[in-house]
Amino acid sequence: MDTGSETVSVPSGVIMTQYPPVAVEVAELSKSYGAHRAVDRVSFRVPAGAVTGFLGPNGAGKSTTLRMLVGLTPPSSGRATVFGLPYRALPNPGRRVGVLLDASAQHGGRTGREVLALGALLIGLPPTRADELIERVGLTREEAGRRTGTYSLGMRQRLGLAHALLGDPQLLILDEPANGLDPAGIHWMRGVLRDFAGGGGAVLLSSHLLREVEMVADHLVIIGNGRVLASGSKTQLLASSGDGGLEDLFLRLTAGDAREQVA
Amino acid sequence: MTTLTAAATRVDVDAPIPFARLVRTELRKLTDTRASRWLLAAIVAVSPVVVVVMLLVAKPTNLTYDKFVDFTQTPQKILLPALGILAMTSEWSQRTGLTTFTLVPNRRRVLLAKFSAALALGLAVIAIAFAAGAVGNLLAPLRHGAGSWNLSGGGAGEIVLILVTGLVQGMAFGMAVLVTAPALVLYYVLPNIWSVVFTSTGGLQDVRPWVDINEAESPLYSHDITGAGWLHLLVAVAIWILVPLTIGVARVSRTEVKSS
Repeated sequence: MDTGSETVSVPSGVIMTQYPPVAVEVAELSKSYGAHRAVDRVSFRVPAGAVTGFLGPNGAGKSTTLRMLVGLTPPSSGRATVFGLPYRALPNPGRRVGVLLDASAQHGGRTGREVLALGALLIGLPPTRADELIERVGLTREEAGRRTGTYSLGMRQRLGLAHALLGDPQLLILDEPANGLDPAGIHWMRGVLRDFAGGGGAVLLSSHLLREVEMVADHLVIIGNGRVLASGSKTQLLASSGDGGLEDLFLRLTAGDAREQVA
Repeated sequence: MTTLTAAATRVDVDAPIPFARLVRTELRKLTDTRASRWLLAAIVAVSPVVVVVMLLVAKPTNLTYDKFVDFTQTPQKILLPALGILAMTSEWSQRTGLTTFTLVPNRRRVLLAKFSAALALGLAVIAIAFAAGAVGNLLAPLRHGAGSWNLSGGGAGEIVLILVTGLVQGMAFGMAVLVTAPALVLYYVLPNIWSVVFTSTGGLQDVRPWVDINEAESPLYSHDITGAGWLHLLVAVAIWILVPLTIGVARVSRTEVKSS
């Protein structure tokens, strides 16, 4: 595996010794359900110190790819590594990788604080860590003491991000984290992700909100119909696509994909 | 943060999660929601309540230790399996498996931790039932009851075995079905339908003690189990616990955890 060849926009040296330059390496990853190929030989890299946007229409295979990446779904073929290891081989994944795949997948009878305290206990951190994160994601003490069944989607996203950040990870894998957030919340989320990447961390951000991704991402991976349609730095991709911006590029790529599907 | 603590933190970042901590987390999950607290409160409270009722209304000749234990174990035999089922299904019904199996990718390890946590809780509940019976028996002379300690160690062991098999059977059904409501229905209905089939169908009655766990366990209640009885029990346990347990472990290991 040639992890050294990726160009990373941070000076080598200090950062390189702390974090491998490539946080995620996905190689020829495929998943079939019967005759349906949900993910078809997908390859991409997520560099450290940057936000990588993972874009695609609904049903393009984004969530399946992310589930394979974190070991929840066994791939049909291909491989995915996190810091050079298969995710399932990480001794305590929560301390290396923060994952938020579905903010609504919480026990409605547990309080927000309890969700975080359980996570902290499991990954080996003191319960005070829960309170630190509650403050960091802007939940009030009263809100944190409520059962998550009463939460709005926006509050669940904040709780989910707090959970992902619990173990002070070097990689964040987030599936549609801006869903349900109000404009102020989206602005805040953008700041959190920029700060995280600015500190040397890697972010893999899946979304269909083009404008959101365009504002925060440094790199883009666009998939459609289970296949990578384009990937590279945002500046490169946008320069090659003319004046239409990301939306135009995205629609052009995924429309071609839809035509292929029909044909 | 000083350099020293930063270095210390980096070392424990890649320390594996000890099994004891996993069990502690699972134990906490069994007690930290409103529904689980109600169920546990009911399970813990029912034994003293039964003892008080017995002290108030039972015939004085029935106020003996074996009767106290017999009456306190009856509701536990019904409630403990529900605890076992919920312990196994909640990750799937509430979709928290998405988080749990992301933090601990080795699902069999999670299952073993859940199993250990539910068993520990179950044994504590059983100890409370025995203790409540003992307190009742000590108070029996107040109503001129016999108060005799007529339960042998072996007899007590048989009661514990009945309760533990119920709990484990609940866990096995929970794992095999993975959805709370159908698992509860299946657990409480299937063995009874099975009993009816094997009692009412001529020719099947002879095999009933081998395949009907309720029938196989009945000599444990009467404390007169024989060698053949133990064999019956072994076969019935294989059918009603080992089979769903095997299905359950395979399902939990293989089932994809999806977000929606």
